[in-house]
Formats: sequence, structure tokens, C-alpha cells
Amino acid sequence: MTESTLNPETAVFREVIPAGDWWVHEIKKGQTLRILDLEGNQAADTLFFSAADPTERYSADRTIQEQAALYLTTGTRLMSTEGNALLTITADTCGRHDTLGGACSRESNTMRYAHDTECMHACRDSFIRGAQEWNIELNKRDLGPNINFFMNVPVTPDGQLSFADGISAPGRYVEMRAEMDVVCLISNCPQLNNPCNGWNPTPVEVMVF
Amino acid sequence: MTPNSLLHERTLHGAGMWSAVISRGKRLRLTDIDGGANVGMLLYNALEHTERYNMPDTLKGQHIFYLRAPYCLHSDMGRLLASITTDSVGWHDTVCGHSDAARVLAKYGENNYQQSRNDWNRNGRDCFLIELAKWGLGKKDLIPNLNLFSKVVSDDAGHLSFVADHSKPGDSIELRFEIDTLVVLNTCQHPLDPDPVYRHRHVKLEVFAGEPPALDDPSLTVRPENLRAWENNQTYHTLRF
Repeated sequence: MTESTLNPETAVFREVIPAGDWWVHEIKKGQTLRILDLEGNQAADTLFFSAADPTERYSADRTIQEQAALYLTTGTRLMSTEGNALLTITADTCGRHDTLGGACSRESNTMRYAHDTECMHACRDSFIRGAQEWNIELNKRDLGPNINFFMNVPVTPDGQLSFADGISAPGRYVEMRAEMDVVCLISNCPQLNNPCNGWNPTPVEVMVF
Repeated sequence: MTPNSLLHERTLHGAGMWSAVISRGKRLRLTDIDGGANVGMLLYNALEHTERYNMPDTLKGQHIFYLRAPYCLHSDMGRLLASITTDSVGWHDTVCGHSDAARVLAKYGENNYQQSRNDWNRNGRDCFLIELAKWGLGKKDLIPNLNLFSKVVSDDAGHLSFVADHSKPGDSIELRFEIDTLVVLNTCQHPLDPDPVYRHRHVKLEVFAGEPPALDDPSLTVRPENLRAWENNQTYHTLRF
């Protein structure tokens, strides 16, 4: 747990993202992005791209490999597919964030829950629309496994994996400093079929300093 | 041709690479000849290359952190690409990715082609990109891969450790493809293998004829998610062919 010294009053950008919406925004090198879990236990599915070259994007496996660790927290370098640090986490009052669980999709909902969940809104659809609005060249191929801020996916030493109740709470936040100009794409998760949003998707707030 | 006919056989040299389309029902057996092998593997729908292996869906869909028989390899479209039918290893990593040139150089030192000819140090990323390019794919298609034969464990805090000497000489794994699949693989060392020596470990590759599974197949019954994914495969095949 590391608290921030930044005052929200000094943010150069603030926006509340309702559950089920996407948000895409450029973060300049040296700027800090804060994501705030307003009501608690809300998964903020997040991808990053190099602003200069969208083929360089966040890599879950490179990030895990770089740290030799599964969970993201203060000090974690969020790595790109080219082996560069995109951002570094500088403050975290939640303590642990996931990058194994990926995003929900309407297709994976049918596999995970039931065929009739195919009609339910899912993160991948938000990612697709947000990515297209930033750069029309982008499509499903550009969407690799993401970060799930505020989501708890514990792995045991014997290799069990589960989606547990969140460890986040109202007012918890995570902050990260951009190490290059990046574009942040968030899908504020609409999932209703598992506890990743506490069964009740709620808004998150983003701030840029 | 009987269901178990051997269709193709080859030996992959250490730090070698290979790619091919293997159709539905056929089985791919990989055997660790020397012990301690690692096979980095990526899978794509052979006809729809944007459908690809999905590490998160494979793990969360089956509530597992690693692969073993009889679990399945899921695509990002709610379908099965392959099932692990036979496995003498018991633990295969899929979260640590692959090595790149900078990592191999930092870990093992300079050993280029000029110096060493074909005993040079290749890396997983270059091997993947080279084989992907032959199918019209590239950097956008590089995603978290499988590391067959390699075991990496997590402690309760999420710190990872590579387990040395996990796979023994003669250990093997067999995959049955549930959809026509583009298989892209290489035999470069695991990125977290702390061994300071660059090893060229050989892997035997065999492809056998086979049939799609019955509904009581262990890979389909191990999780209800796998059966629903299989039903999605059936819909795909009914509409596509």
C-alpha cells in the first residue's frame, strides 16, 4: 500500500466513467494517471498502447516475466510487447491488481456461464469501440490480455486460480507514471455473472496529473 | 488409414522453430528427447487468423493456473482450439511469455551467427515472428504463449519460481485439435529458466490421424465450460462447412 502525494484539485483532467462505458485518452510521458474505485470492487479493464506506434502495446506476459510476479502493485513496470516500460505504478491503496484474467467477451460469456449470456454487454465490445475511436486501423488483433485494476484473481502454490471477491473498497486508487507517450483504453467492466464487480458494476473516476 | 496412423514425424533441433496447419481431429505429440525442454507454442484458427489462443479464457474458464491433461486450450471466441489428451509432464506454463534478443544477450552473452554458425543463440520472439510472417501474421498477433514442458509456480504473494528438471527425457504431451489450427512453435528456453548455459534441447514431433471427441471425452467433461465451448465449435463447423 502506497499513498499518493498528489492532490486531486491539481489534476489537469478528471472524468467519471460509468460502468459499461469505454474511455480512451492520451497520457504524455511524465504525466500520472490515477484510477479511482468510487464505490468499491469495480474492475477497470485497462489496455495501453504506445501513442506513436499502436503495434507496441501492453503485454501481460512481459510484465509478469519482468517482475517474476503475477500481481501488479506499487513499483510494477507495465511492459510493452517490445520490452519497454509503458508506465510504472507509483501509488496503490488497493494492494493487488490482476493481469491474468483478461477481459470478458460475449463469446467467452457463453463458455463461462451459459449460452444465453451472449446478449449481455461485455468488455471486449467496449475495447473494440474505444480502440476504433482512437485509431480506425485498430481491430480485435490489437487487443491483447489487459490489466484488471481492482480485481482479485488469487493463484495458489498448487496452481488453483479463482475469481474472488474484490479486495478493493470505495475510495481506493492506483496511480501510474507514463514512461513514454501512451494511449490508455479503459472498459469499465459491465460483468454481472461473477463477483469481479461485486455483482453490481459501478463508476470509476480517472484523473491525469 | 487407422485412427492412430503416424502421418508425419520430425525432430526439432534446440532453439528451432516450426509451423503448420493441422486439421480437426488430428493429434500432435511432442516428446522431450533430452529432458528440460521448453516448447513455446501459439495457436490460431487456420481459416480465421484473428481467432487465437487466449491465455486468460483458458485459465479462468477452467479455474486453473497451468495446463495438463485433460484440460483444453481455448480461443478468444468461446471455442476450443485443442485438448490435451495425454500428458506425462503434468504442468505446462502459459503466463511467462517468451524470450527476446535483449534478454538472451543479457543472460547468455554474445553468441551470434558469425561466431557460431547454427549453434548461435536464437530467441523465442524472433522465432515466433519469423514463422508468423509465413502465414501473413506479425507483431499484432504475438500474444501470451504456451510453454510446454515448463513449470513455474507462484507463492501466495504472487512471486514466481521456475522449477528446474521438471520434464524428463522421454516425457511427452499430446494435443488433439478441435478446429483446423495453425500451430506455431519454437524450442527456445523458457524466459525464466535460471540456467546460465544456453541449451539446445531436442524435441520429437509426431502428427497422428484421429477423430473428433465423443461427448463423454475427459477433456469435455472435466469442466462444464469446456462442453459449452465444444458446442460453440459445433455451431461454427455446422455453419462454416
